[in-house]
Amino acid sequence: MDILDILRAALQQALGPQAIVFALAAIGLNIHFGYTGLLNFGQAGFVAVGAYGLAVSVVTFGAPFWLGITMAIVAPLVLAVILGVPTLRLRADYLAIVTIAAAEVLRFVFGSVEMKDTFGGSNGLNGYAGPFQDANPYSSGIDLGFISFGRNDLWSLTVGWVLVALCCLLVWALMRSPWGRVLRSIREDEDAVRSLGKNVFAYKMQALALGGVIGGLGGMFLALKQASVVPSDYSTLMTFYAFAALLLGGAGRVMGPVIGSVLFWFLIAGLGSFFSQSAGKGGWIPTVIMTDTQASVIRYIMLGLAIMLLMIFRPQGIIGDRREIAIDGR
Amino acid sequence: MRKRLYRVLVALIGALMVLLVGSPGAAQATETPPPDATAIQVTLQDEANKDAEGNPKPIPGVTLEVSKDGEKAGEGVTDDKGVAIIVVDELGKYTVTLDEKTLPEGTVLDENTKGEATVQVRFQGPNNRAIFPIGVTAGEESNFGKDLAQNLRAGIVFSLVLCLAALGFSLIFGTTGLSNFAHGEMLTFGALMAWTFDQVFKTGALASVSVLLAGIIAVLLGGLGGFAQEKILWGPLRRRGTGLIAMMIVSIGLAIFLRYLFQYFYGSSTRSLSQYNGQQREQHWYYLWLSLADREAIIVLISIVTITAVCLWLAKSRMGKAMRAVSDNPALAASSGLRVDGVITNAWVIGGALTALSGVLYAMQLQVNAFMGMRILLVILAAVTLGGLGTIWGALVGSLVIGLVYELGPLFGVPTSIKEIGPLLIMIVILLVRPQGILGRKERLG
Repeated sequence: MDILDILRAALQQALGPQAIVFALAAIGLNIHFGYTGLLNFGQAGFVAVGAYGLAVSVVTFGAPFWLGITMAIVAPLVLAVILGVPTLRLRADYLAIVTIAAAEVLRFVFGSVEMKDTFGGSNGLNGYAGPFQDANPYSSGIDLGFISFGRNDLWSLTVGWVLVALCCLLVWALMRSPWGRVLRSIREDEDAVRSLGKNVFAYKMQALALGGVIGGLGGMFLALKQASVVPSDYSTLMTFYAFAALLLGGAGRVMGPVIGSVLFWFLIAGLGSFFSQSAGKGGWIPTVIMTDTQASVIRYIMLGLAIMLLMIFRPQGIIGDRREIAIDGR
Repeated sequence: MRKRLYRVLVALIGALMVLLVGSPGAAQATETPPPDATAIQVTLQDEANKDAEGNPKPIPGVTLEVSKDGEKAGEGVTDDKGVAIIVVDELGKYTVTLDEKTLPEGTVLDENTKGEATVQVRFQGPNNRAIFPIGVTAGEESNFGKDLAQNLRAGIVFSLVLCLAALGFSLIFGTTGLSNFAHGEMLTFGALMAWTFDQVFKTGALASVSVLLAGIIAVLLGGLGGFAQEKILWGPLRRRGTGLIAMMIVSIGLAIFLRYLFQYFYGSSTRSLSQYNGQQREQHWYYLWLSLADREAIIVLISIVTITAVCLWLAKSRMGKAMRAVSDNPALAASSGLRVDGVITNAWVIGGALTALSGVLYAMQLQVNAFMGMRILLVILAAVTLGGLGTIWGALVGSLVIGLVYELGPLFGVPTSIKEIGPLLIMIVILLVRPQGILGRKERLG
């Protein structure tokens, strides 16, 4: 077993594109869950419509690239309205139920044989990212000694982390504003806010849409980075990776989702590398207990366990404030 | 009033079953006078459109083109009997292409054929046949009727299985207020346990009742699983005053944990129970026009009996009344001297057992897979939302409707691979129009 190797894999992922995608998804979730108290279990759906909004409009409908980017922002907005109108007036469970179902159904639709012509079926769509790659100003990759990124990755990383920084700035500014204070008070006591004459439904809808769009930006970034969209990327696991990252970092804090996402991918990649080296041929764990395939599953088991334990014992995560996150459904 | 409603439901299930008809057996017969030359004989039959004797109807007047290595070798038009004989020069491999524009209106090709068939010409003479299966046509009444009957049958079986799981969900939701996202995994657990014990019994002296025994054990284990969940996880959480939203997130964590734990031990392959792997011919039960494969009859019987028993138990027994009281108003129930924790434990045990039973029946009807729970969970959620979250009777009505919509959806244009769309759309519409569900009460909405 090679500890340096494990560390390298972990660090590569922690700074890499995956961490950016989930940081953006988690920033969106932070607006929903951390600030407004909305339980969105379908963030993967918002990420997916962001990615497919770009890919479908460029590939299937032949729209220009900039229109594709616009669609990647408009599509999550539309989804937020469709999901929000029936559920936001109701108890928290309803939004959770409807969003998780909608996200799964969207994934089925994107992957279905019957709509292959529009969404590309299970192979997805590609061939839209040309303008993004052409805009790459770097002539070579970067080698930091311990880890290195290729030319294309470096360009994606630059764009991605700038996007994350901009979103953090936006959230920071918004949450200091009166608008942000209303969101937080909705989380604390909806009825009190209503009695002050605020339109709670409208605020919730704005929060759902804003968080959804930021999630959609994550999808757009993933689509640009991979140069292809594949439906299997957008399973419920994506939502709960983002949730785990948010809970780990600290909900209700501007930097919580970012720190959480970096740390989360560090752990996931590190554990993955650790178990793949430990199990199977040449590893110290006998194959009776764990085979190669089982080694790849173990990180998901630990993910589930981590979500449970975090929520039970440290709901505020690393940098959160326990009083901020004492949310309760009625 | 509630009880009367239940009787109406049972009558409804009975009435729906009477509507079912079996599918007529397929038979083929074609005779044509052969000319002397070497030829390809193509028969076009509409498999989806059969005459009174059950023979597929021939399709006349369709242009067929035969080509070899990309070059045209001959052409023909089908006659009254749907037969075209196209003369070719030599033996070899030919491609027969069907001109889809000349097909009669409303007829479409089977998905697997796509207007082309390859035929190997091996013999001198006209007996080189190419077959074009022609698939279901939309909007033709006779086909629609048959499909309707078949899907209705599948829909009733599915909605009964769904109903058991939805009842379990509702019992737990009603008493604790928790939307348990790990409910799908409780169903998977039942199915996997049934499969495991079926593997144990199927070779021994108990082989003839293997599935039955395995099913009983799985249901008991499901109850035990519910008990363990309550004692280890949910009870302590409730006592420390954890909020419902936090608990929902915990339940999601539990769902992921269990799902991948199952995958860890069972892999991601799909399995079948030994006595019902779909390969041997099954006896069919006939009753009036009703034709059910024997396993379907067993599933329908078991679920109806169980649902009736649970409903009677909830309506009549002391514990059932206590459960409904807790579900109505926990604080009032507690102050009237009910042991709320005991009632909740009961709800978890019975909910767990019902859900495991649903998993066992689902495994009998279809197959077992570590990931089945997640997909079914969406449908369960749609069913309980439609009926009204937390109402027992709502779970019955909701799953009946959703189960039928799920299976009948494909008839009305919902693509088969994404049948979940129908239930989801209904769920969204019902939340817009009547958010408390068909039988829910408004004060629960919050």
